[in-house]
Amino acid sequence: MRSKKQMIWASIAILLVASLVLAACGKTAEAPAAEAPAGETVAALPQGQELANAYAGQYKGTVVTMAGPFTDQDEVVFNDSIKGFEEKTGIDIQYEGSKEFEANINIRLDGGDRPDIVDYPQPGLLKYAVEKGYAIDMTTLINPEWIKTNYSDAWQALSKMTGPNGEIVAGIWARANGKSFVFYPKKAFDAAGYKVPETWDEMMALTQQIADDGDTPWCIGIESGAATGWTMTDWIEDVMLRVAGGEKYDQWVAGELKFDSPEVREALDYIEAIWFNDAYVYGGRAAIPTINFGDAPKPMFEDPPKCWFNRQGNFVTTFFPEEAVAGVDYSFFYLPGIKEEYGKPVLGAGDIYAVFNDRPEVRAVIQYFSTGESLKVWVESGGAILTHNDASLDWYVDPVTRGVAETIRNATTFRFDGSDMMPGAVGAGTFWKYMTDYVSGSITRDEALRQIDASWPK
Amino acid sequence: MANSLKSHKASQSFWTNFVLIVICVLWMIPILGILITSFRPSDEIFRNGWWNVFPHKEDVEVSRVVIPESVDVDGPISYGGKTATFQEWQRGIQLDDGTKATWYGNKRTRTLIISENKWVGFATNLTLENYKDVLTGKTITYKNAQGQTITRTGNNLGGAFLNSLAVTIPGTIIPILIAAFAAFGFAWLDFPGRNVVFTIIVALLVVPLQIALVPILQDYVKLELNGTFLGIWLAHTGFGLPLATYLLFNYISTIPRELLESAYIDGASNFTIFTNLILPLSVPALASFAIFQFLWLWNDYLVALVFLGEKNQTVTIAVAQLVGEKGQDWHLMTAAAFISMILPLVVFLSLQRYFVRGLMAGSVKG
Amino acid sequence: MNISQTKSPGANNPITKILSWFGTAIGQLFVSVLVPAVTFLVLWQGYLFLQRAAAPQIVQVLVAIVWGVGGVALLYVVTNWLVMKLPKKISKTLQPFVFVGPAVVIMGWFLAVPVVRSLVASFRNYLGTEWVGLENYKFAFTDPRMLETFRNNLLWMVFGTFFSVAFGLLIATLADRSKAEVLYKSIIFTPYALSFVGAGVIWKFIYTYKGTGIGIREIGLLNAVVTALGGTPQPWLNLTPWNNFFLIVIMIWLQTGYAMVILSSAIKGVPAELLEAARIDGANEFKIFFSIIVPYIKGTLLTVTTTIVIFSLKTFDIVRVMTGGNNGTNVIANEFYLQSFTYNNAGRASAIAIVLLLLVTPVIINNVRSFNQQRRGF
Repeated sequence: MRSKKQMIWASIAILLVASLVLAACGKTAEAPAAEAPAGETVAALPQGQELANAYAGQYKGTVVTMAGPFTDQDEVVFNDSIKGFEEKTGIDIQYEGSKEFEANINIRLDGGDRPDIVDYPQPGLLKYAVEKGYAIDMTTLINPEWIKTNYSDAWQALSKMTGPNGEIVAGIWARANGKSFVFYPKKAFDAAGYKVPETWDEMMALTQQIADDGDTPWCIGIESGAATGWTMTDWIEDVMLRVAGGEKYDQWVAGELKFDSPEVREALDYIEAIWFNDAYVYGGRAAIPTINFGDAPKPMFEDPPKCWFNRQGNFVTTFFPEEAVAGVDYSFFYLPGIKEEYGKPVLGAGDIYAVFNDRPEVRAVIQYFSTGESLKVWVESGGAILTHNDASLDWYVDPVTRGVAETIRNATTFRFDGSDMMPGAVGAGTFWKYMTDYVSGSITRDEALRQIDASWPK
Repeated sequence: MANSLKSHKASQSFWTNFVLIVICVLWMIPILGILITSFRPSDEIFRNGWWNVFPHKEDVEVSRVVIPESVDVDGPISYGGKTATFQEWQRGIQLDDGTKATWYGNKRTRTLIISENKWVGFATNLTLENYKDVLTGKTITYKNAQGQTITRTGNNLGGAFLNSLAVTIPGTIIPILIAAFAAFGFAWLDFPGRNVVFTIIVALLVVPLQIALVPILQDYVKLELNGTFLGIWLAHTGFGLPLATYLLFNYISTIPRELLESAYIDGASNFTIFTNLILPLSVPALASFAIFQFLWLWNDYLVALVFLGEKNQTVTIAVAQLVGEKGQDWHLMTAAAFISMILPLVVFLSLQRYFVRGLMAGSVKG
Repeated sequence: MNISQTKSPGANNPITKILSWFGTAIGQLFVSVLVPAVTFLVLWQGYLFLQRAAAPQIVQVLVAIVWGVGGVALLYVVTNWLVMKLPKKISKTLQPFVFVGPAVVIMGWFLAVPVVRSLVASFRNYLGTEWVGLENYKFAFTDPRMLETFRNNLLWMVFGTFFSVAFGLLIATLADRSKAEVLYKSIIFTPYALSFVGAGVIWKFIYTYKGTGIGIREIGLLNAVVTALGGTPQPWLNLTPWNNFFLIVIMIWLQTGYAMVILSSAIKGVPAELLEAARIDGANEFKIFFSIIVPYIKGTLLTVTTTIVIFSLKTFDIVRVMTGGNNGTNVIANEFYLQSFTYNNAGRASAIAIVLLLLVTPVIINNVRSFNQQRRGF
């Protein structure tokens, strides 16, 4: 008898606890962010109403969360860049930089733990968020007219992506980088009496001359941890633009032109002539896949230089020795064209901001990011090139960065890094992998091209 | 007879130690490599191998010789009684006086470096700088538009150390406790579905935890557990439980039946048997699992990043941030690896005393 | 931890006396509600305290540790206490669930349910929006990249497991007879304590290759040794298929410590009397090892082998850090990681995860067989 009662009470107790747990879990912990003081209306700025409101202090005390790949030095410079805005508006922009950003961001988006603004180092990753319908159309956040005035047609076209509800402007571009550049140790180069080549043939002649003089002309390294191979694919893209032109390039990136095609093979012929000649490459062909892309240019700065050319994006200058002075110790030349009819194409890439939560203060921040002003501090500290039309060339403090920015602006054909526009399984997968295997010599060129074609998603 | 037995024992002990020492030396080489690297200046690391800090013979430059302009560097070049092509000089030629002549740079330099093969002593440029940078935060500098140098200090490991402890200690003890209960249940209690559930647990051992990240994060966002310590303990408990239950089951099921039977006869309840008999007897197994769970949590990066985020940085995340985007700061990585290794080693050594013989010894005779 | 005192009515201490006051029906009722309620309240307050995160970090951490560990223990005690209050028959049926219940629920939530979700996702496309039938499995079983991973995982499983267990057993056995046991074991264990980021750096220094050419000095240990012996430096990690073995060496270096610790604790369990008796009978050490120690620790050997086999199937950080899976070194878990996080192909990633589960079926069967032998429930 007694035990029956006990049982009943015990069950009630358990239920009580369970319901308490549930009630507690369901309860929201914090009240929503304090409502901005509904002050007098402020005249809108060209970027939008919210930015004006923000400068009027209406969003004081609000928090905007951001995630991105900047860590270490980049994180510090980025935070310093936005400090002025934070002080003026009272909006706290909390930037969370992560080394494993690429792996982490989609988990967070899928898991519903969405940062307000995400800075994508490559648009390929953003494509996933757009396809899943997470990204908010920029034209609803920023005055569309402003986007049109402050970004070139090329950049605007690159920010359009297709989501479940059709095409949207998925993000706004931040920093750009050009990849069609060959860096060289200027001081030693001039002392040796070498001349900057204007054409591909001149470049190859100089390559032979340096080899005859007893040096290896090129420093090439494609190791990059799990992303090993991207330097090789950049080369192929760059040469593709020069032997097949922008139109064929677009077809190739879209999967309409096969890898196993005369155009790609021709591009590879040009590359092989340099890469697979042990007299031309520091360390020889076998060392290319084992040398980190950031270490590759280091022998250029030894005395005397052990190698003379490093073809890479302008970001590579951050890997140069700290004491090397831009324009004095090193400089760059444009990777020459090959076929005249295709002019002077430039290959580039960039990072792009996307928005995942629509709140007034988030709008204010993204409107601010659509101005060149937002990254001025970074530009002035070197290493960044902006996509914004309102960014002045005077901001670039060293001649090399300014030259790079000019080259990008004046390009007859500007194409975005193709491997980033291809489906991830190819562009960040088989293209890198099989090109690395091919350079290492563990598979043949034919095999590599065939495998990449086979891996293209149908 | 007794003597020969003694010498037999001595030789046995010699061979035992010999084999162990050989294996340990092999195992130590990579560790020694990290240790030495962590004390070397960053530019030195890529210049030559870490073993160069030990005394070794090396070609040391003693003088330079300039080849006169009159000599055609494309043809044969003579110096010191030897005649050779440029390529041969570039590779280096042994001269009759014992020195070696090597061409410096390309043909245009017209310079030969004369070097002698000499003993070089212990490296003297070892530094604590890497450890200082890791512990107090590395100095980050950049130049602003006015050419002023802006200096900031990066993250340091102090706070991260505490966070790591807050994650690892409960994250180690909680799953052990839960798993010990479960292992006892599987080993000694009968209930329907016992076989099926145990089979599933073994199968779960192989599940890559990455498949659980998104669903669990969704639940956490709803339960507001995201970014809390409770959330990460639960996650580590969930991911660690299959191995814990499996290992502890195997141990607990070998406890002699007679021992438990006599306890039951004395009228002890399951709970009493568990706390007073099973737990004390399982100490070596608990200790060994504790080591692994502790290590796994201590070195975990992904789970902490997803469920705890950057606000409560653990040591691994802080180290990753410190090393920077370029991933080339190997001097910092090695120093950080050593610092973060200290605590696990302390845990290992302090749990050693639980690996003692004879816990169950008395019980077997019966 | 002496819970039995507060619980058994026979014990003669003040707490029981006070408790006996609650022996009435109303008291029972009151206590049955009060105890869980108080337990819950304490835990809930702790949770709120931690969520607010207002106290200094060190205080928070201390509270977190006490709250987390104490809370779980408290929950077990209270639940058991409640179940024990039930009629004996029901309590006997329910009690096993008090023991295994929490573990099963947590594993179900954190692993089993996600597995079921993966199973569903493995039949859907990369975004999870359409059914694609067996398309993802066709990839998992026929794509040349996957076939390469199967071959490599077989190598990892056979060589990695064998040498890890063999070295672990050898060291555990020998160290047991040595005075410097802790020193030897600590050395072998150290690699396990290293974070893999650190370990990866050093193995890169061992295998690294700088190329051939004038004035290039190798900084890789292996190439330095080869050069000193008169050989030519090799790009070790690019030499298909030998590079797989260079990677497996790293696994052995790491995993031997694990095998050693578990086997060592099992060897400690071999009764000294048995060993003494055999020695007095004149058995030599080899005979003792094979006819006494090995049979005695058979169960543990199976456990260690099982876990290392499973580890070798799940291994990916070594490959990811050292070669990125290039040049014929890809493994299943690395391909899984790439598909889920780099290519964002949830369908293929899920199919690979399920294939991994299928691959361990023989291991599971083997274990269940031994589980049934050990079956001894009361």
